[in-house]
Amino acid sequence: MSDKANSACETCSHFNADGLKKLGVNTDSFDFVVALAGNPNTGKSTVFNALTGLRQHTGNWPGKTVVRAEGAFEYNSQKYKLVDLPGTYSLLSTSQDEEVARNFILFGKPDVTVIVVDASRLERNLNLVLQILEITDKAVLCLNLMDEAKRNNIEIDERTLARDLGIPVVPTSARFNEGIPDLIQTISEVASGKIICKPHRIKNVPVNIQKAVDTLSEEIENQYPNLSNSRWIAFRLLEGDNKIIKALKAGEFV
Amino acid sequence: MADSSIDKIIDLSKDLRWQIGDDFHDNLAEGIYADASEIATSSVRIDNQNKQFRLDRKIDKIVTSKTWGFPIMFLILGVILWLTIEGANYPSAMLADLLLGNLHPFLKGLAASIGMPWWLDGFLIDGVYLAVAWVIAVMLPPMAIFFPMFTLLEDFGYLPRVAFNMDELFRKSGAHGKQALTMSMGFGCNAAGVVATRIIDSPRERLIAIITNNFSLCNGRWPTQILIATIFIGAVVPASFSGIASLSAVISIAVLGIFFMFLVSWSLSKTVLKGEVSTFNLELPPYRPPRFWKTIYTSLIDRTLIVLWRAILFAAPAGAVIWLISNIYIGNESIAAWTINSLDGFGFLLGLNGVILLAYIVAIPANEIVIPTILMLTVLVTGISGGEGAGVMFELDSINATSDILKAGGWTLLTAINLMLFSLLHNPCSTTIYTIYKETKSLKWTVVASILPVIMGFVVTFLVAQVWRIFVN
Repeated sequence: MSDKANSACETCSHFNADGLKKLGVNTDSFDFVVALAGNPNTGKSTVFNALTGLRQHTGNWPGKTVVRAEGAFEYNSQKYKLVDLPGTYSLLSTSQDEEVARNFILFGKPDVTVIVVDASRLERNLNLVLQILEITDKAVLCLNLMDEAKRNNIEIDERTLARDLGIPVVPTSARFNEGIPDLIQTISEVASGKIICKPHRIKNVPVNIQKAVDTLSEEIENQYPNLSNSRWIAFRLLEGDNKIIKALKAGEFV
Repeated sequence: MADSSIDKIIDLSKDLRWQIGDDFHDNLAEGIYADASEIATSSVRIDNQNKQFRLDRKIDKIVTSKTWGFPIMFLILGVILWLTIEGANYPSAMLADLLLGNLHPFLKGLAASIGMPWWLDGFLIDGVYLAVAWVIAVMLPPMAIFFPMFTLLEDFGYLPRVAFNMDELFRKSGAHGKQALTMSMGFGCNAAGVVATRIIDSPRERLIAIITNNFSLCNGRWPTQILIATIFIGAVVPASFSGIASLSAVISIAVLGIFFMFLVSWSLSKTVLKGEVSTFNLELPPYRPPRFWKTIYTSLIDRTLIVLWRAILFAAPAGAVIWLISNIYIGNESIAAWTINSLDGFGFLLGLNGVILLAYIVAIPANEIVIPTILMLTVLVTGISGGEGAGVMFELDSINATSDILKAGGWTLLTAINLMLFSLLHNPCSTTIYTIYKETKSLKWTVVASILPVIMGFVVTFLVAQVWRIFVN
């Protein structure tokens, strides 16, 4: 219709409708793996559908996604495989869905983890966000359900939040496809290393625990110099998590 | 990596764990909450005059209240059922007219013109095609109404409220409160309900939810209930009340199913599946106005068509079997007639008859074909005129004609009531059985889940028949 507008936009990295190809379930070959994590009922599956063009059913009840769903999209000729993890409130207990989510972020080593949160329940959602940021360096916060937050007169200063968390924050209303282009752009920039995250590490722990964690994670880092989540492994070892001890022995962290 | 270095790390962690004591988990959790609170405080500004939360809470106060919670649930169920029953009538009749009234004679004519042998023509067109056509005509309209309405309710956020209302009852029967969600899914399709039990963490409670899901009256059984209730229950009251009477009868059967679900959950948790009830947090999500057309579209694609396709896959071979058993003769009796005669005695004890029992054996793959099978077999054994001939499944154009055939087959009000009960209490369909096996990976529990409801069906119909014969006759 208007070639002129198109050619002007093509050079702009924020214009990406042309660069996006929804690939549905076609996850054959890919350049990056992206994990979708978050609390139940934050609209993860809706974000998943918006990115992949799939129509996975999204019900308004917690625990809807019981299996790991996979899909794909292509953006600027790079293929991204997207994995929708079961919604969890935490990664500290050992229920089945939490383990699926935790193991994928830990051992699946996704190139980017998108953490979907409910903007009107940010504080409660941050519990999981902070735990995930202990495990992975490459994350994007998807501040979803912004339409509901606005209706509830909740305002969020995304810049402060991004600075405090040390990861990019993208506000979205996935149901109405708002903010999805931005999200894709941010995912690609984190995946390619254009954006370097400096994720927040849990601070408010008593001194004696802090010391123990430091000692242990130092020892772990001595043995595994390339490990980025030594602190989190230290947390789990101090908690006596047998599965992590087993994984360590089996060399799954190397 | 040398093992010794890993052992060193693990030993060090043991020493440190000893030093910091057992408050570690709580301390860490508190630390995370403190961090979260700090971060949220500096970036979130809430205007406390928000109205949406109040509306949510007001709705919740009513729909989860002790007084109104259950009546509202039944009212919603009633409205959905009524819309399904009423709304499905016309499209069903149109589809039946098209597929059975027009396309079937056309295919027969086509087969005759190319000189197809009678057995191949019977097997393919009267057996396979008619079974598939029946399932589409009877199942597609109610499903296309029921599933989207259910999905709209689901997307609105009502299901967690149902779970909230029923939590107490589930806890008392030793089951998990989330079973309310899987039970609701079962009203659509038991196989889907069984898969949904994955949201229950405890293996014990999950097993209870899987075994009892069959007591949710599934979509394949609603049409049977509705038809039989319309013919027999609606007929015993004055015409102006017949609609209400048949609707109440169907709802009573559904509620009875819920009662049996609690009863069986309770018995299992007191006997073979003993254990503590696990606590869980159920978040009541905010109500979200569903995106109407999108929801309708996805529920048609994801649920209706998938379930319909499954039904067709199972109905086709079942249609073939019905045609075969009615047309293969041993001596001068067809296999069907012979089986019906041998099942008649047992059927009488249960207040049913041999035709119904045989229909339920043939219909193991798909509950939807029970009624057409019964009609066809009844015509076969009574030798009355109607329908299209031996082994030809058909639908009668009017409810009256159906009623005439059934009455000619010796049906009474008792037969009708017991058929409705047996339709609720019998083995799950083969898809559900297979799904149970896939989910439990246990032959033992699959057998329990399949056999237990049939035994209960036998016991219940037997008792009802005896009591009925003593007091009514």
